Amino acid sequence: MAKMTLEELRSLRDTKKKEMTQRDSGGKSAQIIIGMGTCGIAAGAKEAFDAFLDELNSHDVKDTRITQTGCMGLCFSEPTVEVAVPGMPRVIYGNVDGKVARRIVKEHIIGKALVSDHIFDKPAADIIK
Amino acid sequence: MAYKNYILVCAGTACESSKGIALYNELEKELKAQGVEHEAQLVKTGCFGFCEQGPIVKILPDESFYVKVGPQHAKEIVAEHIDKGRQVEALLYEKKQKGLSASGIGFYQKQQRIVLRNCGVINPEFIDEYIARDGYAALEKVLFEMTPDDVIEELNKAGLRGRGGAGFPTGLKWKFTKNVASEQKYIVCNADEGDPGAYMDRSTAEGDPHSILEAMAIAGRTVGANQGYIYIRAEYPLAIKRLNNAIDQAREYGLLGNNILGSDFNFDIELRFGAGAFVCGEETALLASIEGKRGMPIPRPPFPAVKGLWGKPTVINNVETWANIPMIILKGSTWFSSIGTATSKGTKVFALTGKINNSGLIEVPMGTTLREIIYDIGGGIANGKKFKAAQTGGPSGGVITEAFLDVPIDYESLQSIGSMMGSGGMIVMDEDDCMIDVTKFYLEFTVDESCGKCAPCRIGGRTNYNILDKISKGKGTLEDLETLKVVGHAMRKASLCGLGQTAPNPIMSTMKYFENEYLAHINDKKCPAGKCKDLLSYTIVAEKCVGCTACARVCPVGCISGEVKAVHMIDQDQCIKCGQCLTKCKFDAILKG
Ligand SMILES: Cc1cc2nc3c(=O)[nH]c(=O)nc-3n(C[C@H](O)[C@H](O)[C@H](O)COP(=O)(O)O)c2cc1C
Ligand code: SF4
Ligand code: SF4
Ligand code: FES
Repeated sequence: MAKMTLEELRSLRDTKKKEMTQRDSGGKSAQIIIGMGTCGIAAGAKEAFDAFLDELNSHDVKDTRITQTGCMGLCFSEPTVEVAVPGMPRVIYGNVDGKVARRIVKEHIIGKALVSDHIFDKPAADIIK
Repeated sequence: MAYKNYILVCAGTACESSKGIALYNELEKELKAQGVEHEAQLVKTGCFGFCEQGPIVKILPDESFYVKVGPQHAKEIVAEHIDKGRQVEALLYEKKQKGLSASGIGFYQKQQRIVLRNCGVINPEFIDEYIARDGYAALEKVLFEMTPDDVIEELNKAGLRGRGGAGFPTGLKWKFTKNVASEQKYIVCNADEGDPGAYMDRSTAEGDPHSILEAMAIAGRTVGANQGYIYIRAEYPLAIKRLNNAIDQAREYGLLGNNILGSDFNFDIELRFGAGAFVCGEETALLASIEGKRGMPIPRPPFPAVKGLWGKPTVINNVETWANIPMIILKGSTWFSSIGTATSKGTKVFALTGKINNSGLIEVPMGTTLREIIYDIGGGIANGKKFKAAQTGGPSGGVITEAFLDVPIDYESLQSIGSMMGSGGMIVMDEDDCMIDVTKFYLEFTVDESCGKCAPCRIGGRTNYNILDKISKGKGTLEDLETLKVVGHAMRKASLCGLGQTAPNPIMSTMKYFENEYLAHINDKKCPAGKCKDLLSYTIVAEKCVGCTACARVCPVGCISGEVKAVHMIDQDQCIKCGQCLTKCKFDAILKG
């Protein structure tokens, strides 16, 4: 790159900033946790992951971080995804494919409304034990 | 393009020397081999501050914090974490923290990273990553929105004080230089960092070189200088490489050079290398060294701010001071001055070492207590031993004892208890450390590093060192204690530069807080910590010895004699006090004292 003008520096910063937001862990309040056990992956958790990433980026959502976890033990409704948004109940969604993932971002993360037809209630703690 | 995972591999000096590079290459190979190179971006970053546990690998977004990672682990990390999304438990820092993120680790919880904001986050070799983290936005602001007086006003209101040791207000220093009319002025970065045990500045230069360049340019604009120099030790090759690389990139982008960002401001930076003499960290000696002269201090005033490099007004600041400046300009003085204590604002980086569980590089708000640093961040004293003292301020500082564990640390409080902030070395000592021995170590350092120009330092330092040596051998007298004080006072008053003026500090401080230890060496000819070899003897208690011969077999000089199943004896004249027999005896028959 040649010498930059002020405008060029600013636009470079904006582009690069977007690329790096996923790497920035500070200041993220909402969390999407994807179950990436063997069964989750087989059922398409990776596609869901890609869709989440893509949708978050295209809507410029910066306060949400995506993390992976192992098998959630709900193998029959994989891929499962847990979503935690401050001020809303933590919920687990089942059978999350790419389309559902995009809906979760638009309706739950941005719209602050649950995607009711895919909610898989979090089993009570005693059942898990 | 966005990736699913980011693998941050530490490329700081400590991690690199422990196979960090091989690990990086292996990860790169595995990502390709396993066909997942598009799922994870591999990033080389600066020091995470957790060098003790290196090489460090941090994986985002879930912030898994892997320690002691070797090239042999690359395959598993890629297969498990990147491909399947499962943490590799065996490599996690705290196994029980499975699922918890790095920010949940005690080591990081009480830290606040302003200076080290980009270390361990960006790849220091790519200017774009620095820019993405608001890099050079402060320079923009200074060039197009602020006047030089605004900048100085902002620094003054922020209350930033020099991190190189003396704590002089940075805004005031800049103002002096700005107010001198001169065709030519200079900006200098002091990256000499010679304190034993300190590596804050080196890590910052390695992990975030652009923060220094940006700040120097800001200073250039403010005081009216267009040339900067970074004075760095030749023995810091990685920092030099990263700085040179950063300077090249900044020039290419037009962030250094003529007409920066289309303005009328010209500024460039070059490196100058030091040969590793401690006294060359002193500002007047440093400037002499840049001029190609012998690095010896000259009397001040005139201060460099008025008459510095080649006789021209020169702003000289420490690396850590520089790294704070872009943040202050961007986030404002109100933000900065809200952190810290009444007289000391912002944070301080410490290199925490010694008898501590988590040694490493830490950054805490001013006003944090030593207790928080040692127990919450440092994880307590290693091997379950008892805390004795912490040494701050390096060879110019003193000890902080148990009684002061809860004193909020800032420039003034440390001074009031006989230590000082210094550049940020912090060495933790336990019950096995002898204060005379430690003091002797620092004196040996200052005697060695004294440039010899002035008599109080040259002669006084040697005199006091000899006395300490005598005491450590059990040959000291009570008069010697008086002499230590008298010579110390003379050095403080009459030495030309800070080296000689502060060299007595470790003596004064340990004599004040550990007088009993001095007296034990002198009166009882004993070293309570069992460190001073000449005052130590190993003896075998006849009643307990069963004659197993274990000690005799391990003694390297063969000075233990005795028949099998008969009481053994140590020949005191030949014993070299290595203590190996003590560790071998299963019957507690050997006494150290
Ligand atoms: C013997 C001696 C060694 C010093 N070594 C350093 C050093 O390694 N790095 C440093 O920044 N300042 C060092 N200083 C302090 C400098 O003289 C000077 O005060 C400092 O660079 C000013 O920068 P600041 O205002 O940003 O702290 C040393 C001072 C003395 C007396
Ligand atoms: S105090 Fe020591 S180091 Fe400083 S000028 Fe004198 S002799 Fe040299
Ligand atoms: S090891 Fe202990 S018990 Fe055995 S011979 Fe030596 S002093 Fe005696
Ligand atoms: S060099 Fe890697 S953590 Fe410090």
